[in-house]
Amino acid sequence: MENTTKITAACVIENGKVYVNSKLDFAAEGSATSLDFLKAAYTHYQLNYPKFYKMDSLCKLAMVASELLMRTNRINEKYASEAIALIIANGASSLEIDTEHQVSIADEANFFPSPAVFVYTLPNILIGEIAIRNKIKGENTFFIFDTFDEDFIHSYTDSLMNNDKAKCVIAGWVDFYEDKYRAFLYTVERTNEGEAHTTTNINKLIDNKLNFERN
Amino acid sequence: MEKETWIDGMMMKGKVYVAGDNVVSSLGFTSEENFAHLKKMETGVKQYNDASLWMEPLMASRVDDVRLEREFAKLGSSEGFTRLEKMMLVSATAALSENKKIDISSSRTLIIVSSTKGNIELLDKEEGKRFEKKRLYLWETAAQVARFMGNPNKPLVVSNACISGVLAIILAKRLLDEGKYDTMVVIGADSLTKFVVSGFQSFKAVSNEVAKPYDAKRTGISLGEGCGTMVLTNDETKLNDAERILVMGGASSNDANHISGPSRTGDGLQMAIEKTLSEAMMPAEEIDFISGHGTATQFNDDMESLAVANTQLGAVPMNSLKSYFGHTLGAAGIIESVMGVHSMRQNTLIGTYNFEELGVPATVNIIKDTRAEEVNNCLKTAAGFGGCNAAVLFEKLTSRARA
Repeated sequence: MENTTKITAACVIENGKVYVNSKLDFAAEGSATSLDFLKAAYTHYQLNYPKFYKMDSLCKLAMVASELLMRTNRINEKYASEAIALIIANGASSLEIDTEHQVSIADEANFFPSPAVFVYTLPNILIGEIAIRNKIKGENTFFIFDTFDEDFIHSYTDSLMNNDKAKCVIAGWVDFYEDKYRAFLYTVERTNEGEAHTTTNINKLIDNKLNFERN
Repeated sequence: MEKETWIDGMMMKGKVYVAGDNVVSSLGFTSEENFAHLKKMETGVKQYNDASLWMEPLMASRVDDVRLEREFAKLGSSEGFTRLEKMMLVSATAALSENKKIDISSSRTLIIVSSTKGNIELLDKEEGKRFEKKRLYLWETAAQVARFMGNPNKPLVVSNACISGVLAIILAKRLLDEGKYDTMVVIGADSLTKFVVSGFQSFKAVSNEVAKPYDAKRTGISLGEGCGTMVLTNDETKLNDAERILVMGGASSNDANHISGPSRTGDGLQMAIEKTLSEAMMPAEEIDFISGHGTATQFNDDMESLAVANTQLGAVPMNSLKSYFGHTLGAAGIIESVMGVHSMRQNTLIGTYNFEELGVPATVNIIKDTRAEEVNNCLKTAAGFGGCNAAVLFEKLTSRARA
């Protein structure tokens, strides 16, 4: 159906696996740490973005997920930079890198706070990194939930699109804390192709069970 | 002209009113008390010698602990709340106490929390012993506040650097337009911690004197803490007084340029301002007052002047309140919006404390001394790390003839 919002692409990263449009695309389950896995994914996909190595783990995760999403669905070739919105959430904010900053200030005798660390102590920096990499300038908001609130994100995404605040929304979840991580990002557009943008289908894409092949 | 939109078959009226507000800061525990200090141009930024914050003297704006404890005790609560949560509960309770028509226990009332760092001091080993670990999470802080206030809905948390507060107000306006809720209690809070002070010090961004926004001799930010609460409703019958202050619209944008430095051209903030004026159907020449971000860093104030001048707003009276409250991070957008609303109510433009000589690349009209002037609307702007920008417009209902 035309003129309804559709889920047009998705990337899920969890448990040492990368899924693109619900299909397993890369696995490095033997990675010693979550960070090792992200570096392995970076190399595997030849992301070729040296800035990646400067980023904190949360942004590295966001970068891999967003790169694969954008390779699958080149929305930045379809829409003006200000027409794409980024609506992303997580549970642990930036606590992973916050802990690193805290360690650097905990001991008076060994006091070494660093701007290169501190700049990442905000969760929306990952939105900034995705925006810079892909020249996205539209609406952007970072939410914190205990668990992903698909009802809210679904209705807010539709509201942005229905009220002409965005023509395309990148929505999802990017979380990294204490060596646990999970990311899923998906694109929502108004188009004939893709799966209906419903909370049921959002939950399916999170579980890698949304069928993107029908179109 | 009244704006009406059709969403999911329901007709919505795009009118969202300010129904109550409060500010807890170094300058007081009510909006009126805070605004009275601004009118007299009295700053809350002063020098602290507190090794728990910074090893050297620090210029900052802090909430008085003794008074916070006293105000919190009045809520009849036991212990078990962090300092940040106490600020939030005192502020939100005060905002609601002034308007008995607002029902916090209603399923049509939602709490939105705006904070950048929440209870981050609990990462410290000693501090952390006093609370469960999950109190570090912003969703838990918000849940604690909602539970204490007696609100049945799961609160929303916005954590988007220094635009969090303005974004939370924009979000509230949009959700009220959707019609699922009739009231939003928007609470923005951040506390001054060693975590934040050491980080901004590592950036060499903190001034040794009170911040001098937009000034030729500005040398950086003053840090602050506090909480602002703004109650918004789409139900006119829930309003207390005759004067109607509306949230007309707002927008956010991203520079897509740099994570810690603003755009050199101001294009991102310019876009947010243009989208805001367009949504509000407000021509630039009708803007009476801009409540700027004005952190007093070189780059931010330069960028802001360009964005304001490029949107044909260079002649509009503009201030920054960062030299009164310091930069209160996730609270700033709400505290400054509340003060902007009071500027409209009292027809008073607040002078920018410590501003002497304009030192930004584009000509903007910085208010130097507080003065009486008709203020029918207020454009609030914000920008932050991650390249984010936001703007929101408030207006007095009677101020513009609507056909």
